[in-house]
Amino acid sequence: MKKDKSDNRKPLRRWVPVVALGLMSAFLLLRFPESQKSFNETLQSYTMEMLTVFPAVLVLMGLLTVFISKEFISRHLGEGSGLRGFAVSLFLGTLPTGPLYMAFPLAAVFQRKGARTANLVIFLSSWACIKLPQELVELRFLGSLFMLTRLSLTVVAVVAMGLIIERLTAGADRDSL
Amino acid sequence: MSATAVLINLLAVSALGTAFVRDRKKARAALMMAWKMFISLLPMLMVIIILIALLFAFIPRERLESFLGEQSGFLGIAAAAAAGAVLHIPALLAFPLAASLLEKGASIAVIAAFVTTLTMIGFVTLPLEIESLGRKFALLRNGLSFAAALGISFVMGFLL
Repeated sequence: MKKDKSDNRKPLRRWVPVVALGLMSAFLLLRFPESQKSFNETLQSYTMEMLTVFPAVLVLMGLLTVFISKEFISRHLGEGSGLRGFAVSLFLGTLPTGPLYMAFPLAAVFQRKGARTANLVIFLSSWACIKLPQELVELRFLGSLFMLTRLSLTVVAVVAMGLIIERLTAGADRDSL
Repeated sequence: MSATAVLINLLAVSALGTAFVRDRKKARAALMMAWKMFISLLPMLMVIIILIALLFAFIPRERLESFLGEQSGFLGIAAAAAAGAVLHIPALLAFPLAASLLEKGASIAVIAAFVTTLTMIGFVTLPLEIESLGRKFALLRNGLSFAAALGISFVMGFLL
């Protein structure tokens, strides 16, 4: 939260790395002119790829953030347990609803309402790494084989992690509250 | 434009159309939000593009391969996983970077480790996680995520 405010107050500071890196590249390219062709070609092709993918992804993220309310999320995570609870937690995490630090307070609310620890872990992990827009960008840049393999392995790992952490924290619930 | 890019744009346009029909105000708010996200991502986006271009122009393939390629073995994977855990790059921008490293000769396992820890583990947000959900929960989740990332990358290196 604090970080966001300072970002708004000093938007110019965010451009410092761009300018620094730009100057560094300019220096390197003047020093080694034979690399200019490769540099320019890569710069152009990646800029084009970014411009054809990112605006659409950001529009999708904006739409889902505005149209899916927090009440919807808390209503459906609730006390749902068993396989359905896993599936709901996993699905809720994939909705593009903002950075991970927004999920911690939300998960804390579920924790107080008596949600299973396994569901909390699944929810947080899928919020962190199985976001819908992320998967689309991964599909675009790394291909469907890479994306689908990593996705299915991640789902398995996330559910296993949920169950393990639930086991390990079983006795400590009172301490953490 | 690639097929995937066309698909993503079609999806966005049809979703936006539906949104405008259902609720004009909310759809405008969503567009505004997308624009703000674009502005805040833009500097980082440019940094990543320049880094990729520098990578292609100045780092010889053999050099990168020896650090991140098949022969880098467990050490390469562990280093990539550690880098992903500590670095704070938005995941959306990490995938193009990962793609360029792959193209330059990094191994599948190394890239999978990097991408997985980058998204699952938050060093920067760890204090907040401890505060909201308890120390034991947060440390276990991040620790196990690291182990899971290593496991996922081994399996991916083996399968692909």
